[in-house]
Amino acid sequence: MNKRVLAGYTVLLLIACALPFVVSEYRTFQFTLVLIYSIALLGLNILTGFNGQISLGHGAFYAIGAYCAAILMDKAGIPYWATIPAAGAVCLVAGFLFGLPALRLEGLYLALATFALGVSLPQLLKYHHLEEWTGGVQGIVITKPDAPEFLTGLGVALNQDQWLYFFTLAVTIVMFLLAWNLLRGRIGRAMMAIRDNHVAAEAMGVDNSMVKSLTFGVSAMFTGIAGALGAIAVQFVAPDSFNIFLSITFLIGIVIGGLSSISGALYGALFIQFVPNIADEISKAAPWAIFGLFLLGFIYLMPMGVAGAIRMGLARLTRKVHNKQAEKP
Amino acid sequence: MKRKLIPIAALLAAALASPAALAQKKYDQGASDKEILIGHINPYSGPASAYGTIGRSIAAYFKKVNDEGGVNGRQINMISYDDGYSPPKTVEMARKLVEQDKVLLIFQPLGTPPNSAIHKYMNAKKVPQLFVATGATKWNDPQKFPWTMGWQPNYQTEAQIYAAHILKTKPNAKIAVLYQNDDYGKDYLKGFLDGLGAKAKTMVVKQVSYEVTDPTVDSQMAQLQASGADTFFNITTPKFAAQAIRKAWDSGWKPVHYLNNVSGSIGSVLKPAGMDKSVGLITTQYLKDQNDKAWANDPAVLEWTAFMKKYYPEGNLAASENFYGWNVAQTLVQVLKQAGDNLTRENVMKQAASLKNYVVPGALPGIKLNTSATDFAPFESVQLARFDGTEWVRFGEIIGK
Repeated sequence: MNKRVLAGYTVLLLIACALPFVVSEYRTFQFTLVLIYSIALLGLNILTGFNGQISLGHGAFYAIGAYCAAILMDKAGIPYWATIPAAGAVCLVAGFLFGLPALRLEGLYLALATFALGVSLPQLLKYHHLEEWTGGVQGIVITKPDAPEFLTGLGVALNQDQWLYFFTLAVTIVMFLLAWNLLRGRIGRAMMAIRDNHVAAEAMGVDNSMVKSLTFGVSAMFTGIAGALGAIAVQFVAPDSFNIFLSITFLIGIVIGGLSSISGALYGALFIQFVPNIADEISKAAPWAIFGLFLLGFIYLMPMGVAGAIRMGLARLTRKVHNKQAEKP
Repeated sequence: MKRKLIPIAALLAAALASPAALAQKKYDQGASDKEILIGHINPYSGPASAYGTIGRSIAAYFKKVNDEGGVNGRQINMISYDDGYSPPKTVEMARKLVEQDKVLLIFQPLGTPPNSAIHKYMNAKKVPQLFVATGATKWNDPQKFPWTMGWQPNYQTEAQIYAAHILKTKPNAKIAVLYQNDDYGKDYLKGFLDGLGAKAKTMVVKQVSYEVTDPTVDSQMAQLQASGADTFFNITTPKFAAQAIRKAWDSGWKPVHYLNNVSGSIGSVLKPAGMDKSVGLITTQYLKDQNDKAWANDPAVLEWTAFMKKYYPEGNLAASENFYGWNVAQTLVQVLKQAGDNLTRENVMKQAASLKNYVVPGALPGIKLNTSATDFAPFESVQLARFDGTEWVRFGEIIGK
């Protein structure tokens, strides 16, 4: 990481910290959702972008994370911050276990298997023997956390939305650092080797099945943590919140943001949060048609996703600078 | 002579009215001398997008009101957002309406899960969540949730009316109940058992539930028939209602058959089940059926048809959603009229809770809306109706409060 990149990240962080003091509470809430979606997209991107396994059911892990947080807070009275690692752990195990049988499935068949998961989970949540925990179709209403008292003692007065934004921002930074650390190392290289040519990876001594199952678990953990944060931000979970369209939205997000790009998760999250709202404002009669147009536009203009387009733009810019510097004798 | 008198009369009226008006003008955000800004959330996309037309017919009605001068001289401007029937999206949209668009109130959010998601928020913010489009009983809870109010008859009230009818006409009935296993089905069941009171234990001989995901209710119907019941309360949504009606007839079990209002549509339930097999079904109604020949010359239905042709020509005249939207929008206009120049959120809720014998044009004759500080349920009366093979024939009196 050179100095310029580091400076770039510092500026980005400063902007992110200043944001809730500049915009309204409602906008702060929306940006909190963007951060949450970016964690979920990062999880899916680890699986699909870096490891080449397509999942059409990641909404299910998002739902499991959300229900973990809601049930722990509502039934067991556990504080909200403690539910995040719990939701992550549950989803890690759930993802790993689902990843084991899914190993036998490749490409489109895996997509179908995960689709089955995404499509069935909302109905399982309504199952009447689980109702005591899940609240059935009524869902669970949870209370929004206040800013901790020590902050008020320090003279920093944050409202609920601002506090939740900073809490989410902190979790997001941790998750992005984790992903970055994981992907640039040995395991990350193994994941990409499997994606590019699994026979060659096997020959190089990579334990394909272990890496693939673990990737599934880690991916589910990221998405589950996002789900838990989402439940706390929205203060409500119900089966209807996690229909199959959520899973497809995640897939849209990573493709628009940029496959196998860490920063792409953030661009994808901005897209899935704001573009449907813009589409609804343009036309009440056919919001999905407008959304489709946006989607086509992005795919046509940025075939490598937003992250890819930015990378190429930057590369062109630096090349120009280099050329100019080269011209000067 | 007449011409000269008019300006004088106008002056007099203005002189009498203005001091009072000046003294009373009070506004919360979203209301002003010129406009009343209201928010609205509806699924225009997603699984429940069939209800999107309710939002469009409501918008069309407000356009008509505005063309005719608005409410007490103020234009009604409605901002309508799509939540796709997804509760997190409903939360986002409600917050946008309240915090960014600064509306006076949110009107007609649709569906039990979306409304549950914003229930706490609206009451914490003290913004009216008015005339929600769901029949769950929990919207009538002015003690705990004084900023939320329903509109249509709630499921428990309706079920109690069937129970009362059974107790009156067949006090020794043996009753079988089929219900959908969710909040809707359980709401009906609770109202029904409450209505039967102490006799519920002996009269209800069998209760069986089904899941929305079940392909058919044939096995449930067989169990109910085997119980030896002579009366059947059918708490099902349209697809299952049609199956149950046909099965009850085909298997030779011919109980006195009560069908919940949710599945009272002739077109989408009784026709698929078989009109001949539906003879004798008993249900309740609260709005006129605009497709029913009996109401073809009713002034309200004629007015609605004219309204649709002028303001919402692309709307479907056969869709009861459009008739519903027209009626619920008029109820809001009535509340805003009553509020006069005091357009605070508190007064809007106060006026919504003081409807006195208000007649919704599309309601069945004799049904009036009454609300109070302890009663947040506008529609509380219905009329029983029996199917004669071609149409619902209403009988008995208007039942309810």
